[in-house]
Parts: sequence; C-alpha cells; structure tokens
Amino acid sequence: MKTLEKENQTEELFKRKNKNLLSVYYTAGYPALNDTVRIGQWLAQAGADMIEIGIPFSDPVADGPVIQESSKVALENGMTLNLLLEQVGELRSGVKIPIVLMGYINPILQMGVASFCERAAHAGVDAVIIPDLPLLEYQESYQGIFESWGIKNIFMVTPTTSEERIRAIDDSSSAFIYVVSSSGTTGARKDFSGEQIDYLNRLKQMKLKNPWLVGFGVSNKTTFSTICDYSAGAIVGSAFIAMLKNSNNFSADIPNFVQSIKAKS
Amino acid sequence: MKYQVDERGYYGRFGGAFIPEMLYPNVEALRTTYLSIIESTAFQNEMDDLLKNFVGRPTPLYFASRLSDQLKAKIYLKREDLCHTGAHKVNNTVGQIILARHMGKSKIIAETGAGQHGVATATVCALMGMECLVYMGKLDMERQKPNVERMRILGAKVVPALSGSMTLKDATNEAMRHWISHPKDTHYIIGSVVGPHPYPDMVARFQSVISKEIRSQLIAEQGNPFPDHVVACIGGGSNAAGAFYHFMDEPHVHLVGVEAAGKGIDSGESAATTALGKPGVLHGSKTLLMQTADGQVIEPYSISAGLDYPGIGPLHAHLLDVGRVQFVSATDDEAMQAGIALSRLEGIIPAIESAHAIAGLSKMNYDEDDVIVINLSGRGDKDLDTYIRYGNY
Ligand SMILES: Cc1ncc(COP(=O)(O)O)c(C=O)c1O
Repeated sequence: MKTLEKENQTEELFKRKNKNLLSVYYTAGYPALNDTVRIGQWLAQAGADMIEIGIPFSDPVADGPVIQESSKVALENGMTLNLLLEQVGELRSGVKIPIVLMGYINPILQMGVASFCERAAHAGVDAVIIPDLPLLEYQESYQGIFESWGIKNIFMVTPTTSEERIRAIDDSSSAFIYVVSSSGTTGARKDFSGEQIDYLNRLKQMKLKNPWLVGFGVSNKTTFSTICDYSAGAIVGSAFIAMLKNSNNFSADIPNFVQSIKAKS
Repeated sequence: MKYQVDERGYYGRFGGAFIPEMLYPNVEALRTTYLSIIESTAFQNEMDDLLKNFVGRPTPLYFASRLSDQLKAKIYLKREDLCHTGAHKVNNTVGQIILARHMGKSKIIAETGAGQHGVATATVCALMGMECLVYMGKLDMERQKPNVERMRILGAKVVPALSGSMTLKDATNEAMRHWISHPKDTHYIIGSVVGPHPYPDMVARFQSVISKEIRSQLIAEQGNPFPDHVVACIGGGSNAAGAFYHFMDEPHVHLVGVEAAGKGIDSGESAATTALGKPGVLHGSKTLLMQTADGQVIEPYSISAGLDYPGIGPLHAHLLDVGRVQFVSATDDEAMQAGIALSRLEGIIPAIESAHAIAGLSKMNYDEDDVIVINLSGRGDKDLDTYIRYGNY
C-alpha cells in the first residue's frame, strides 16, 4: 500500500482559503441513480468550495428526515458503495475541489476497510466522515490503513463534547474538524440561538490547530454568514437536498442555490 | 468469568461502542459509572427490594410434568411470565431506572418491539415519577395493541416509528435520534443486550437474576444447581443472557438459543441472525447482522414482534463464535403450535417469543432423564390477536 502521488485537496484548499468556505452535501444516487456526477459538476462550477457525497445506508441514525428520505430513495434506485466509487472517479476527472465521502461504517466494513481506502484513493477521494466510527475505534483499528492511502478522517465535535475531548480530537485531526451546530440530527433549523453562538464563541476562543466547518442546520445566507463569523465555513446538506427534490432544472437551480448562500448582502 | 466483556467493551471480536460523537458524553458517563453504581450497597438494596416486592421475584421454577411426558425429558419452566408486567423485561428496566436516577436524569426513552419492554419501562417510570417516551414500529403497534394501551394508561407517550419495516429496528433508530437531540436530561433504557458498550453488559447483569434463581431453585429441587440444558428464545438476547449467565462457565451445561426462522430460514422472511448474518455494525455495536453484500441491513421478519430484529447482542455473537451456545431456530408455525401445546398441557399461554423456546426442543438432542430448563420469558396476553388469527386450536 502506498499513498498516491498527489496532494490532498482538503489540505490544498485550506492553504489557499480559510474563510467563508461553503461545502455542500448531497446523497449519491439521489434523486436519480446517475445524478451523482452531474450534481457534483454543477456544484463545482457554481463555486462550492468542497463537495460531500453521502453514502446511503439503510439505518442512518444521525440523520434527520430529509437525508433519511434521500438515502432510502438512493437505495431503491440501486445505489451501492461500488457504484458510488465509480461515479466519484468520473466526477474527479473534471473537478478539482475536495471530495469528501460521508457515511456510516457498515457498508465500508463490508467492502473491507483496506479495499475501500484503496479504491477511494484511486477515485480521488480526499477525506471521509464516518459518524459512527469514533476516535478510539479509528485509532485502534483503522488509522494506519486510512493514512497509508492519504485519506483524511474527519471527526465531529458537538455542543456536549468536553473541552478535553475537543483538544484530543484537534490533536488527532488533519484537514478540518466538523463542528455539529447543535444537539440533534441533520436537518434545517430556522436560526441559531444564543446558546449556539456561545458554543461557537467558546470554540473560537480555544484557537484550535485545525480549521473547522460548521454543519447541521445551516440552510441559507443568514445562517451561513452568522456561522462564518466564527468558523472557516459551513456545510449545507438537508436544505440542498430539499431543493434537489423539487428541481427539474439542475443547471439553473444549483448555481442559484450556491449563489443565494454565498452572495454578499 | 470467561465470557465477560473486556475493558474495551468487546466480547472477542464483537461489541465496542460505534456511536456518533453526539452520544459520546452520555455513553461515556454510563461506561465510567455503571459498575460502581450497580455494585453499591444503596443500589443493591433498592434493586433487591423492588425485585421482590414490586416485580414479584423470585419467579417459580415450575416442573412441567405433562409437557415432560409428551417431550420425554424432565422439563422445568422458569416462570418469567409471572413477573409484574408479564415478561423478563422488567428486571432490566428496574435496574436502569434506579441507575438513571443516580445519574441525575429526569426523562426516559425506550424502544419496543412486542411492547413488553415499553410496558416495563412505562411501569418503572410511573413508579419513579419520570417522563416516559416509547418508540414503537407502526406495524408492532398494530399487532401488539393491548401493550400500546397499557403504556398509555401508565402515562407514557407512544410514538410510532414509520421508517423501514416499521418494527423494532426502526423504533431503535428513532430512539437513538431522540437521544442525540436530547443528550442532557434523558436516559435511554435499551431493552436488550444490544447497543453500544456498556449496554450489553449492563442489561446482561440485570437479567442475570434469572440464572441466579434457577441455580438455587435447582439445589432445592435436586441437590445440585446444574440442569443439563438451558433453552431460551433470542431476539436481541436479553432473556437468554439472563438464563445463561451463571451457567456460562459450566461447560457441562448445554446452552441453547432459539431464533425466529419466520417463514423459514431460506424464505427471505426470517429473523434467524446466526444463520443469515455476517459481522457488521448496527445500533452501536459490532455483531452478527442480517445484511446485503453492500452492507445494507435486511428487514427481518417474524410473527413474533419481540424476535423481529436483524441482529443479536454481541455477547451471543461471541458465544456462537467460540461454540459455547448452540443456536437453532423455529418457524412461525412451529412456535404457534408449541404455544398452543403448552396452553393445553400446562394451562400456560406463553408469549409467542417464549413459544419459540419451547419449539426449539425438537431441534436439539437430549436424553429422557435430562433436566431441561426452558426460560418462559413472557406470557401470551399481548398475543391473543395473533393466536386467534392463527386459529388451528
Ligand atoms: C416475552 C419476550 N420474550 C423475549 C423477547 C425477546 O427479547 P430478548 O431476546 O432480549 O429476550 C421479548 C421482546 O420483546 C419478549 O417480550
């Protein structure tokens, strides 16, 4: 096993830019099985800074209704991890920005962590977010494999994570940290409360080594720009998927969506 | 003890705590405190008192003479069906509610399949004056209606789980999502030996009272604590873990787990995890899991709502690995007929889950003078609709 001879795009991105980053999440194989590639291409063209592609799973316990539904439809469409990696390879051939896969551990275990990493590295995946693979399990069983293929593992921090553990996660992270905005599953929230702002302030004051992006509940320009006062950027998922569900013109709607969030007011 | 969980939360290659970061503080608090709390004298006094005076323990070990004649063995029934609320589930909920109070939690959530765990949870919440929310698959709410009403009478809120096959797995997903969203004041009372470490060990300890009593009851009955066989049905595996617990280190005691074959192991409608499962991760632990080659969880099926689960607890996956427990399965038909037979022979209508354990006897080898303890995990009151619809009696 050896690292492919190329720079990790997540590292490259944060070197270049560390403010107002927009990462967009969507579920592979949704709304239609072969939409994965073109949605990613439109996002890159529209100016998204990073793409997160969800690996659908039958039992997504950390996800709210919108992503649950998209995973269900994607599986019914016939999406598999095999096919997803092929699609990512195709997407990568025309897209430079970081590609991150987000999904639950079980499908990866079934493929085999080593062959998953090998194939993901060849497809051009830069990082993975696996919510149900905690830090300790990762370190004890899988870190060596991921690192040998140059794939970053992104860990989450939540409002109930202790300061001590935030430091431990910061020490073990590279690329970036995924900050979960509030206690809850994925899904849009109307706005960010005082309690959440306090939490973001607390994180900012900790002066973490790694940049951090805030996800869960970021849905529009207001929430995006509030978040960006504290962080390197934000991750939008459910709101984007809800838009896709109702769109019959991706080529217009995806750029509009990205612009509506990023545009300076 | 040989089959205890290790410090990392594993039984051999199974177990662990595969949880999202949102649940880490809660599960970590449990992990670091559960042993010291449940081993404290204050906890044990309260637990013993409630088990005796509220649950009605010890439950009888009943010699089933007509069943013994028919099946040609010496068969004892461990009467968990006589526990308050009608099943073994209450042994665990009593333990966990005391623990939750020690940990300063004020709200309780639970998942339920057959509704027995939900009722047992609603019951202890009423007892302790705690708010109670129970997630239950919509299909299960229909087939176990009396238990839904019991929970409501007890003051619990029952929330239908509408995803997947709308059974136990989906109710568990919803309960976990709720816990993720309410991490501070809420304790999740998991109803079987599943979930992230330390749940499997904690629930097994609370259920181990079953085998502790069997041992002393057999001493009174026959002069030594050992049966030749202990038989229990396996959904997640909590009644089995409790019935096996104090016999696991006695290799001469043959332990048998009976899973639900549904319409047959190869029918595509089954819940026989040890026959159909491969190692995987669901609901926080690595265990045997019914799944596709792509790692998607397969919707299980059984006529019995309490056995309708695509996994088993990691302890059982390990006991299978090392050959300590024999796993067999019984189909819907075999279980229903065993349930009707027990009703006729002994005047006991068993829960359909427990009827699987009785049906399991025809799948194992034993001699005429062997002593067999069957764990009768629950009573059939909740299953009358299913018995009536099945007919054939
Ligand atoms: C009477 C009865 N027995 C058995 C079970 C299965 O659970 P476990 O395998 O955890 O004992 C249930 C679950 O609802 C039940 O109600």
